[in-house]
Amino acid sequence: MNPPCWNCGAFFNALFCDSCRAIQRPPDNYYELFGLPRQLALDEQELERRFYALSRRLHPDLFTRRSEREKQFSTDATAQLNDGYRVLRDPVRRAEYILKQAGFPVGEQGTRDVPPDLLEEVFELNLALEELKGGDHSVEPSLHQARVHFEKLLREIDRELAAAFREYDATGERDVLARIRAILNRRKYISNLVNEVNVALQRAA
Amino acid sequence: MTPLQIDFGKRAPERVVGIDLGTTNSLVAYMDLTRPRIIPGLDGDRLVPSVVSLLPTGEALVGNPAREALLTAPERTVYSVKRLMGRGVEDVQDELAMFPFRIAPDSQAVIKLQLGDRVLTPPEISAYVLRQLKKNAEAFLGEPVTKAVITVPAYFNDAQRQATKDAGRIAGLEVLRLVNEPTAAALAYGLDKRQEGIVAVYDLGGGTFDISILKLQDGIFEVLATNGDTHLGGDDIDNRLIQIGIEDIRSEWGEDISANHEARQLLRRAVIRAKEELSFVPFTLIDLEYRGRKYQRRIDRELFEKLIADIVDRTLAPCRQCLVDAGVTPEQIDEVVLVGGSTRIPLVRRAVETLFRAKPHTDLNPDEVVALGAAVQAGILSGAVDDKLLLDVTPLSLGIETMGGVVSKLIHRNSTIPASATEVFTTAVDGQRNVLIHVLQGERELARDCRSLARFDLKDIEPLPAGMPRIEVRFLIDANGILNVTARDQRTGKEQSVDVKPTYGLTDEEVEARILESIEFAEEDFRSRQVAEARVEADTILAAVEKAKANDAYFELSDAERDAITNAVNQLLLVYHSDDHLLIREKIDQLNQVTLKLAETMMNTAVRSALKGTKL
Repeated sequence: MNPPCWNCGAFFNALFCDSCRAIQRPPDNYYELFGLPRQLALDEQELERRFYALSRRLHPDLFTRRSEREKQFSTDATAQLNDGYRVLRDPVRRAEYILKQAGFPVGEQGTRDVPPDLLEEVFELNLALEELKGGDHSVEPSLHQARVHFEKLLREIDRELAAAFREYDATGERDVLARIRAILNRRKYISNLVNEVNVALQRAA
Repeated sequence: MTPLQIDFGKRAPERVVGIDLGTTNSLVAYMDLTRPRIIPGLDGDRLVPSVVSLLPTGEALVGNPAREALLTAPERTVYSVKRLMGRGVEDVQDELAMFPFRIAPDSQAVIKLQLGDRVLTPPEISAYVLRQLKKNAEAFLGEPVTKAVITVPAYFNDAQRQATKDAGRIAGLEVLRLVNEPTAAALAYGLDKRQEGIVAVYDLGGGTFDISILKLQDGIFEVLATNGDTHLGGDDIDNRLIQIGIEDIRSEWGEDISANHEARQLLRRAVIRAKEELSFVPFTLIDLEYRGRKYQRRIDRELFEKLIADIVDRTLAPCRQCLVDAGVTPEQIDEVVLVGGSTRIPLVRRAVETLFRAKPHTDLNPDEVVALGAAVQAGILSGAVDDKLLLDVTPLSLGIETMGGVVSKLIHRNSTIPASATEVFTTAVDGQRNVLIHVLQGERELARDCRSLARFDLKDIEPLPAGMPRIEVRFLIDANGILNVTARDQRTGKEQSVDVKPTYGLTDEEVEARILESIEFAEEDFRSRQVAEARVEADTILAAVEKAKANDAYFELSDAERDAITNAVNQLLLVYHSDDHLLIREKIDQLNQVTLKLAETMMNTAVRSALKGTKL
């Protein structure tokens, strides 16, 4: 339940006062703002539909002739809507958002450690990158190969992530979130690797 | 109990005009019942050249008359001032070599230009153009115009946007919104009539280049990404041709005209004419005559295209980056819209076609389409248009300087605006009262490679052990693409005061001072015009009296009458140079009084001789 409307004092449960229709201070939670259940698996088309529909009601363009307070609420609500849309439409950022709310630390920590099962491959890759830096172009084919391999891994991870999302939505269990966090770290590590290889190959070209 | 509410949203739409404040030309448009229309000036021209000339009297010429003054009074006249908006002196060294800007000596973070004996900032000069457009709109619509939407290049940074907004305020306009030029153009094209699609807008104007990629769906114009170069445009093409002309003339005439304002302006006109013609004919002449000497050079389209190829190429990298950022391939682009006069050049059109693999739209006049779109956006804000909505993005990433001069990005480029980010700051030393936050815009990693936007000083922090205060700072980019910063003490929930020191541009107080000054100047302008008019009238009557002294009628007057006239003439001459137009008019009236009889006699004589004449 929201606090009573700042303008007319009525109680309501929305972005606008039921009674006088004045725009209210937006909720902090992105899911609440979009009127969506707090789920990790999201229908992206439905998300877009809601983003457009809410933009049509909240955007500052519609409030230029209103009071300063309403203008401010409109700008705040639309900023919140835009920020939320950027987070929710990206599965990785969406998962990080839920993790953060559940009290898990998110960020770069843990993404620098090599996943144990990749130790050997990463070692070889780093060697090849060094050689390329040293001007040895003969390693380029093996780098291309490595990139293809890691990109395939990324796709597998995304499938794994989607499955974990569904599992969390069904059970709401905290250890699923812990697993999701581990998958995200692994994903970040591999996508950093892919970027590194891409940059090195581009520079060599 | 609910008090009776009036829904102000249902008031009759109020008048808001749309303004395209261009590098070369500016336009004003309004929303008619059905569609946007350009408002012509009093001279009938739809384009007002963005040229300002200050007369010695303090009056300003704007538009076509000022363009003429580029030849006759170059030291008090300025063009392409948009290139200087929101920039510091060290930013514009390249422009200074190419443009006759006279930078005043005390310019630092804000450039000041010397125009005759006045010193003005770029927003003040732009305000003269805006005032002229406001005047044109008021004359055309027959009502006061106080609210406007002004367009800016999509790639304008915070300081450039703020400077444009300041110009509006100084001109007495409430700027309801700054709209990005390519986005405005998309609005004007009414491309939303198609159900859904991806549109690229390529905007090459006089001084700026923008590329924007939009997704259209049910009247929503969602910008996916934008890119550009705020110092690339038709001016650069002109300057290339001017350089060639200067070199030719140096060898042909044996004279360097690069520092000769008049000759240079004439050459500039000649190359612009040639450039424009080459869009329609295969070859033409750069044709210049200056003080009896002639310079002519045949130029064909092939040579022209070779000369400008690298300038056109410079637009392609931003286009490719924009495609990547928008997450679309060239094949996914359904339509391409061309905006800006420079897109008339066939080479530019071919480059766009090749890149986007689509034939560009050219049905609307590329000079007018931005102003028309600004009028549509004005209609959206006033409530006259309710089926369209623009969702624009910020062109540059926003970050703060952290340890070691590294930039930590808070809001990434191409984020839909309004956009916000929150950071918590604390102190490093026990009892620290202030925290300074350096905010930057740009994509580079290091602060020194990004553009400094402002320094925000969190003041009066409660003295506590280091690391204890928790100041939550909210960075909000509003719908105009301008940064707003607010801070809150997390512990007490109290608002924390923030001092803003913009790196470039005027502080709020300075803008206020400029507004007051401009009002004073407006009064001064008005007074000096009245004085000037009174003197013109005095000149007329003094000349008439002088002439009449040779007339027979003058000798028919009595001595007393002649003395009265001499006396009145002397009195008028005494006050002639005063600044009091009322006093001048009083003496004119006196002189009129004492010469009444003389005038009558002369009239009778004239009639008599006229009658005599008919008998012949």
